[in-house]
Amino acid sequence: MEALTEPAPIDAVAPPILTMAAGRRLLRNPGVAVGAAILAVILLLGLAAPWLGTVDPVAINPSVRNKLPGFEEIVRNDDGSKTTIVHRMGTDTLGRDVYSRTLYGARVSMLVGTAVAAISVAIGLGIGLTAGYVRWLDGPVMRLMDGLMAIPAILLAIALVSLWTAGIAAVIVAIVIPEIPRVVRLVRAIVLSVREEPYVEAAISVGTPTLPLIIRHILPNTLPPLIVQATYIVASAILVEAILSFLGVGIPPETPTWGNIMAEGRALFRIFPHNILYPGIFLALTVLAVNMLGDGLRDTLDLRMKLRRV
Amino acid sequence: MLAYIGRRLLATIPVMAVVAVFVFMMLRLASGDPAAIIAGNAATAQDVIDIRQKLGLDRPIVTQFFIWLGHVLTGDFGESFFYKKQVAEIIADRAGPTLALAACTLGLSVLIAVPLGVVAAYRHGTWLDRVVMGFSVLGFSVPVFVVGYALIYLFAIRLNWLPVQGYQPLADGVAGFFARLILPSLTLSVIYIALIARITRTSVLEVLGEDYIRTARAKGLSNRVVLMRHALRNAAVPIVTVIGIGVTLLIGGVVVTESVFSIPGLGRLTVDAVLARDYPTVQAVILLFSLAYVLINLLVDVAYTLLDPRIRY
Repeated sequence: MEALTEPAPIDAVAPPILTMAAGRRLLRNPGVAVGAAILAVILLLGLAAPWLGTVDPVAINPSVRNKLPGFEEIVRNDDGSKTTIVHRMGTDTLGRDVYSRTLYGARVSMLVGTAVAAISVAIGLGIGLTAGYVRWLDGPVMRLMDGLMAIPAILLAIALVSLWTAGIAAVIVAIVIPEIPRVVRLVRAIVLSVREEPYVEAAISVGTPTLPLIIRHILPNTLPPLIVQATYIVASAILVEAILSFLGVGIPPETPTWGNIMAEGRALFRIFPHNILYPGIFLALTVLAVNMLGDGLRDTLDLRMKLRRV
Repeated sequence: MLAYIGRRLLATIPVMAVVAVFVFMMLRLASGDPAAIIAGNAATAQDVIDIRQKLGLDRPIVTQFFIWLGHVLTGDFGESFFYKKQVAEIIADRAGPTLALAACTLGLSVLIAVPLGVVAAYRHGTWLDRVVMGFSVLGFSVPVFVVGYALIYLFAIRLNWLPVQGYQPLADGVAGFFARLILPSLTLSVIYIALIARITRTSVLEVLGEDYIRTARAKGLSNRVVLMRHALRNAAVPIVTVIGIGVTLLIGGVVVTESVFSIPGLGRLTVDAVLARDYPTVQAVILLFSLAYVLINLLVDVAYTLLDPRIRY
């Protein structure tokens, strides 16, 4: 979806994004409200996982391998009493509880999504402001970005993770790099249109130094579109992380992530589809919520949609 | 026109040069001695020395790059240490299934998405529009492999209509070829349909507000003619653009889809090569896919002039 963010004319003065009225408008948008609500629930499920009847998500238990959802495991305690553990979403081929793994998996997805968005926006903003403002750097930087964008994002991420030892940090960096050019292009397009505005010329004419000029007059214009772009990056990062883990090149397989649970479930999918079904639903729901939030923000922050909509 | 194509072709050179530098640097970014990596795990010390000399790895890095580039430009990507064959040969073997899958997906996506988008625009604001747009957001959100497994579960396991996985070359029978290609293409086309339907709707909606549409209607032309000949024709440029941009999604999707459906194509090759740390193959595949992306977008730019005679270069 971010591929559609063509440099479009953007209002010179940033719409006020932090006023009360804007806040009310945001919450009235059904996409923002529903998306944010779903995300809040999933984030809570992930954070509160230890108190939601989960067991250790990495504990291997050979006696309860491949159980269907709802299976009741009876554990005999040391004092002779019995405890019943219900495997709500069944277990995988190593006897790990899919319910626990799915809930804990929310943590990794949320972490990767927000980390990738924050880092790529920060780096992209820096490069984009520089490229848009320092004329002689513009050409070389943009050619470099064009080249990076020519490599399909998933392919680039897969290739990058193959270079490093697998882990969350490597995965985050591998997803950040393909996202940077998209942020840079967006920021640069805004800078180029804003720097011709009368108030920027006025600021230059009264002798505002470059750095304060960029921070005070140019940077604020980039924020609303960047917030929207950042939400789309969160969605795509969560998807790419799941894809990498699913293909077996991402986060180490014992770590509970939605992609890993599904990768584990591949072999016995015909008999035990729950290993792919449950994390798949969580993954799809999360990405859907982030996309709804992004679309809602875009409409509310009034970016280019008023140009596009008839 | 020819001059324009020539200029655009020239403009792809810096882009591909960046890709080439990046792909070249991959081996240097990997931890360890490139010669040892290329030689693989079973290599002797002498093998490593031989490779270092053959590839000029004892020379300055810029020289190394041009030696490598010279090999690549003549189609010599080196030998895959996993398959023990020339990389070019492996790629030639694997290209067929991927091309079949991509072509089938592209056809299916356009055939489904464009009518959906047009109908959504024509009936905009109605439940039909909302269903199509809802599907579009959903299509972006459900990961390719989840769609793939859902389809396998429904059509192959539950209903038993189609084979679960695998690939059969066209030469071995048309029916078997398509039977095995339908589910993967459908899987892969979901995100593409979402993308194309959305842009078709927006684009047609914009055109429907134009004066000439009202004129066409006033002339008494049927809705179908107005939509197809007046609206869609003029809305075509953004649609074709997005089909070009969407090729990245297609390529990323190919990697996943081929893994889900066990199709022996380039996508599956990429994953296998990465898992085996088979760098010569990874390098070749990335270069090839990037080149495909760049060339397809060049083709899209050229197509503009055919679709919209107002665009002149």
